[in-house]
Amino acid sequence: MSQFFAMGGYALYVWSAYALAFVVVVWQLVAPWRCERRILRRIARAQQRRGRDESGTP
Amino acid sequence: MLTRLYALASPPRFYRLADLWSRWLLWCGIALLLPGLWFSLLDSPPDYQQGESVRIMYVHVPAAWLSMFGYVCMATMAGIGLIFRSKAASAVAHSCAPAGAAFTFLALVTGSLWGKPMWGTWWIWDARLTSELVLLFLYFGYLGLKAAIEDREAAARATAVLALVGVVNIPIIHYSVEWWNTLHQGPTVTKLDKPSIHLSMLLPLLLMSFSYMALFGAMVLRRARGEILLRERNSGWVRELAMGEKA
Amino acid sequence: MSLVRALGAVIARDLRIAARGSGQVAQPLLFFTLTCTLFPLAVSPEPALLRTIGPGVIWVAALLATLLSLEGLFRSDFDDGSLEQLVISPWPLPLLLLAKVVAHWLLTGLPLLLLSPLLGLLLHLPTAAFGTLLATLALGTPVLSLIGAIGVALTVGLRRGGMLLSLLVLPLYIPVLIFAAGAVSAGAAGLPVAGHLALLGALLALAAALAPFAATAALKISLN
Repeated sequence: MSQFFAMGGYALYVWSAYALAFVVVVWQLVAPWRCERRILRRIARAQQRRGRDESGTP
Repeated sequence: MLTRLYALASPPRFYRLADLWSRWLLWCGIALLLPGLWFSLLDSPPDYQQGESVRIMYVHVPAAWLSMFGYVCMATMAGIGLIFRSKAASAVAHSCAPAGAAFTFLALVTGSLWGKPMWGTWWIWDARLTSELVLLFLYFGYLGLKAAIEDREAAARATAVLALVGVVNIPIIHYSVEWWNTLHQGPTVTKLDKPSIHLSMLLPLLLMSFSYMALFGAMVLRRARGEILLRERNSGWVRELAMGEKA
Repeated sequence: MSLVRALGAVIARDLRIAARGSGQVAQPLLFFTLTCTLFPLAVSPEPALLRTIGPGVIWVAALLATLLSLEGLFRSDFDDGSLEQLVISPWPLPLLLLAKVVAHWLLTGLPLLLLSPLLGLLLHLPTAAFGTLLATLALGTPVLSLIGAIGVALTVGLRRGGMLLSLLVLPLYIPVLIFAAGAVSAGAAGLPVAGHLALLGALLALAAALAPFAATAALKISLN
């Protein structure tokens, strides 16, 4: 087991490469989700504001 | 056929289908990733020269492939969007850029992490590393132009022209850099690739490549949904959707 | 009015505006000279070293000088509306833009070419390489103007387009830089340079054939 993590002495390079790949892929998968949610919320807020403005003016 | 394609490209329909496809691609990507990681980390032999450090190849080479594939994909969709005025195609083109840039960055850094133990230095002006760096600049140029133009429609068309100019130039840049490198390359540099690759190494490489590709598709389609919403924010279906989300 | 006369009129107009003197010709030249002067000061005045880095330094300086002059290609015409006149004129726009690029090259590329032997002298370039230097600048700087025209056409309507322009255009300049600086280095070492020059010529032919169309598409988008 410890031999596996040692990666023949290249542990630092191998594991940081895999960790970075993981971080980049997960970030690129999660960011669009959050982005989409944010856009929807923003549109909804603008929509509500507009609705208030229209009903507020006599 | 054409009318069916047009129907597919209608923004509300594309918005719904993109959700389905991106979920499907995400699961495909994960399903390929698990055996890919198993083979690349455990069940593949260490290289006779590079030892265990060769395992970096399985996250590095697919990223480098994807960085090129992403640009070609972006230019193709941009061209389709420009010619047929398809909002869905240009939304996909826009979405390729951040994901492609991320994979280019990943290829550069993992290449550097592989280079340090192999070449003894973080960076050498190797032909492929240099091409990859230029590709990253091309992606940044595209993203910069996209961010600078406020009108969405104009941004889509201007970036499409840039992507097409870029895709014509990529082979020229690539070959010029390669040619430059053969002139300047020192004799001490050992080449990373060997003429042929053994099956036991090819299998994890292919698994990881297909997994990356599926995940790239999932990223792009998911982001394209956001692009479509922004572009269509004044149309009825998006307003209804947003209000439904809020409620 | 025939097409040839229309193109001639576009070129003559740009040359006349420049002749009125607003530093459009002089400033890139001064920039070119100054940049080349910085290198001996920053790196080393050692003649042997200058001889090796000289070709690269001259070409990088020429490239940056061209880049800074690109804004002038469309900017003032965009501001005073004459660019729109050009777009709605009955003549094919790619050819009109090609004429504007030719005028731009006559105002920036050609002066750089004429000044370059002096800089070659300052950077201790061997006399054998001077011919190659002139040939690469003659073939290379038009490519810079042509590719630059696409970049300017894309950014002309933007408020802070200058920095973005360099980000868009510099990566596309890399092949020209590689072949041109490589040719001058080879020429300085007494090696044959015909291959380099042929490749530069190919780049020029490709850019002249395609860039006007790309610039036309970009300009139409920017003007909308």
